[in-house]
Amino acid sequence: MAERCDVLVIGAGPAGLAAAAAAAGQGVDVMLLDAQPRAGGQVWRHDIAHRAPRRARHALRRVAAVKRHFGIRVVDADASARMLRVEDALHAREFGWDRLILATGARELCLPFPGGTLPGVTGAGGLQALVKQGWPVSGKRVVVAGSGPLLLAAAASLRAHRARVLAIVEQAARHDVHAFARALWRWPDKLAQAVQLRARLLGVPIHYGAVVRAARGDGTLCGVEIDSAGVSVELACDHLAAGFGLVPDAGFGRLLGCELTAATQPAIRVDALQRTSVESVFAAGECCGIGGMDKARIEGAIAGHAAVGDESVARALFAARDRARRFADAVAHTFTLDPRTRTLADGETTVCRCEDVTLDALRAFHDARAAKLATRCGMGACQGRICGAALAELFGWSWHGHPRQPLFPARLASLADESLARRSCP
Amino acid sequence: MNGMVHLRIDDVAVEVAEGASVAAAIARVTPRFRLSRSGRPRGPLCGMGVCFECRVTIGGEAHALACMTPVREGMQVRTGG
Ligand code: FES
Repeated sequence: MAERCDVLVIGAGPAGLAAAAAAAGQGVDVMLLDAQPRAGGQVWRHDIAHRAPRRARHALRRVAAVKRHFGIRVVDADASARMLRVEDALHAREFGWDRLILATGARELCLPFPGGTLPGVTGAGGLQALVKQGWPVSGKRVVVAGSGPLLLAAAASLRAHRARVLAIVEQAARHDVHAFARALWRWPDKLAQAVQLRARLLGVPIHYGAVVRAARGDGTLCGVEIDSAGVSVELACDHLAAGFGLVPDAGFGRLLGCELTAATQPAIRVDALQRTSVESVFAAGECCGIGGMDKARIEGAIAGHAAVGDESVARALFAARDRARRFADAVAHTFTLDPRTRTLADGETTVCRCEDVTLDALRAFHDARAAKLATRCGMGACQGRICGAALAELFGWSWHGHPRQPLFPARLASLADESLARRSCP
Repeated sequence: MNGMVHLRIDDVAVEVAEGASVAAAIARVTPRFRLSRSGRPRGPLCGMGVCFECRVTIGGEAHALACMTPVREGMQVRTGG
């Protein structure tokens, strides 16, 4: 039996929480779903050893009365029937909505480099997430690499969990990052955050214009080679946390038939009121374009208000959203990926981790479709979530097209259920 | 959240804080979670349920994501699949 609600919010990060709070304020029936076992999304991911930041606690309190189901995976969705099929550890369930708000967030961009599949090599946000849930890093030597403000945030969390952060390896040029820092006075709260973050990272060397050339190890990671502005540096380490920024998680929007942007890493296209191209479906936060927490929270609030017909309240937030988007643009500009980051992999480097497909095996093809058919690249368990984003950067390949259902590999029991069989899978 | 949870990872007894993930428990025993298609060791990459590199067998259920599963008392986990 499907559980019905007025407003269904997918994703309990800053955008989804703000959307749920805004919509619930109007006395409508709101339901919040998330794949993680707890609310908070990635930025406010629950840390078992540290108290949540004040803003996160506040955002969680505001939705305390909202109904929720966490630890679920979306297996199937139907925009015209306004139905969604999910499964948790034990059951499959259906939810029906009147209005739907997608706040599915972002994923980390993991670009391939030699040795990148060795155990011990993770994403930067990836290691941060693992550590918040108890992954032991106390006393461990960690190199944080890639690009963007997330590297500093990840390094600071790792330090708070007593890791020894040996270096931060940022691909952006020093003068670009410094120019960005000098412009931060325009966003005083951001300036304050940046100063705080730097204080927490005192003594950690930051290499600018630097990239990881290779992760080394026989079976597990034991060190990295970095290219720091033309100079090769070898560092022995236990972990390499490498992330090249974030990409919108637009997969669920695509499944529902929402129009996406034409960017290298497509996002869900929305109008001023955060409406997608599909009726009654809204989207907010990183899934509509990477922009950080402030943009996500404001977009979430706009979507929530708009979804319950409170347009004037939503419009009053437009100026704040513009300001947050300008900051996001400045970040994106500063940390634009240098072409060097796209040439780190050699022929032997694994690009598709699920099917063990190397760069050499992919070079013969002109598009994703041909490569998929011949090599099974992107057809494994993660369904191209990691390698698809990487190949969009490396070759400009588009992984669009309707994702095959289920959105995530589903347990057979959920699929065998007859109500799913009613609907035809594309 | 100050209780401890006990589980077995490949027959090794492990104790971790309540609220920790199975991935965090496994990391105390081995960095190698599974073998890739061509037999190479792999461990978690994304930490958020996207990459499927942390797949292990939890309580007999194969292909469970260790990073997305909170530990529970008495859990039996197998790596290397
Ligand atoms: S580490 Fe990526 S799914 Fe668990």
